[in-house]
Amino acid sequence: MTDIRYTSEHEWVKLEGDIIWVGITDYARNALGDLVYVELPSVGRKVAKGDDFAVVESVKTAAEVYSPVAGEVVEVNGTLKDDADRIKKGLPEGWIAKIRISDPSELEALMDKEAYDRYVAGLG
Amino acid sequence: MTEKETPLTGVHELLGARMGAFAGYRMPFFYLEGSLKEHQWVRTKAGLFDVSHMGQVYIQGRGAAEYLERLTPSSFRSKAPGRATYTVLTNEEGGIVDDLIVARLDERTFYAVINAGRKIKDIDWLKYHLPEGVSVTNLDSRALIALQGPAAERALIDALGYDVTDLSYMRLVEFGDIFVSRTGYTGEDGFELSIPEEKAEEIWYQLMLHDDVKPAGLVARDTLRLEMGYPLYGHDIDDVTSPVEAGLAWIVSRGNTGFIGAGRVLRELEEGAVRQRVGVRLLGKGVAREGCALLDKQGMRVGTLTSGGFSPELKSSIGMGYVDPQAAKPGTKVFVDIRGAGVEAVVVELPFVRSRTKPPQKAA
Repeated sequence: MTDIRYTSEHEWVKLEGDIIWVGITDYARNALGDLVYVELPSVGRKVAKGDDFAVVESVKTAAEVYSPVAGEVVEVNGTLKDDADRIKKGLPEGWIAKIRISDPSELEALMDKEAYDRYVAGLG
Repeated sequence: MTEKETPLTGVHELLGARMGAFAGYRMPFFYLEGSLKEHQWVRTKAGLFDVSHMGQVYIQGRGAAEYLERLTPSSFRSKAPGRATYTVLTNEEGGIVDDLIVARLDERTFYAVINAGRKIKDIDWLKYHLPEGVSVTNLDSRALIALQGPAAERALIDALGYDVTDLSYMRLVEFGDIFVSRTGYTGEDGFELSIPEEKAEEIWYQLMLHDDVKPAGLVARDTLRLEMGYPLYGHDIDDVTSPVEAGLAWIVSRGNTGFIGAGRVLRELEEGAVRQRVGVRLLGKGVAREGCALLDKQGMRVGTLTSGGFSPELKSSIGMGYVDPQAAKPGTKVFVDIRGAGVEAVVVELPFVRSRTKPPQKAA
């Protein structure tokens, strides 16, 4: 059973033991439009909660991707380098990076699907 | 702030467009297929753009041509009715108040299309310099639609029955109360239609329902104009940039030396400008954006990008900006500072992609 959580910055987070997979939600992808480039973090990079660790470039603009929790980048999705639009596929192919979390209690601040859907609906 | 709407805002929403704010207007950024498909459609078929946010004005009166020659570096007295001219309004310092297209409708009437974000400024500027006997009228109740692409002519004939086969590039013809000019901002053959707002929806649908026509939004409009090296006001040109450094020296008419700001402009024509607008093509990975610094091999700053993005045609990032004269030569290697990383790039001649507008008719 997969457990997916969401941030208010429109990242999705898939939990897998002490590792999280991070990607961006449909809402973010629709707002950005066609994606043309993704700047990935280096493996081993330590991130604090809220750090921008990747940049998603659409035709229109550049958007930072923020780390939902503190941790260490353990893997990046290299296939995005040549096909940024793959992010559009969402889970599971559209992941950007996997992060080993240092403090599991930080996950509690993330929204579940119902809460996130309500949050997005409220954005109008 | 509430954004203004165009006569077609409801249509875009109905079509599922992603809407966004541009120059105070709520405008379609892209429709369901996305801006890349729209861009390619314009380059191969025909795209339909709502550009009703742009300003439209009449400049009328006995001395209108002389007045326009005072406000712009172009010539107007010699222009026959139906001729359209791309030009700029210059300020006292030789900077650019706005860029615009001015078409002569008849002996005493000119019709101009100005930028959305400069409407208030331009109209104040035009009225401030108004001589006796000339008037400026804001055509607030007209919509503006652009139909752009190699299939535009065929679609216009099929959908509206307008015979535009003999209309040359940069010419305007009136079909009743609708102005059709062979102009655009995409580098493709195409037309811009000025339409009384109550007819805008009907004309939009008539064109859109043509097999070769799809709606296209402002994001595609931006990537299309970027590939052509066309400047965007407020980004690539502004109050401080002169037409010469902007690479628009060709609009300066030989016979016109009495326009506002002529001192600097004519001096720069003679001696060269202190910086030059150029095209930059990224060789490395990433997307160049407005504001990125341009560095030389030693890491010294040689310029700044004023526009940047992704070229769907070249499948790489391109940008435009101003550089010191020594870095302006095509082929010059530069580095674009993207979030602290110097990405390799090269200065190239504009446009990035060859224009396919209909060639202007040779003067007899």
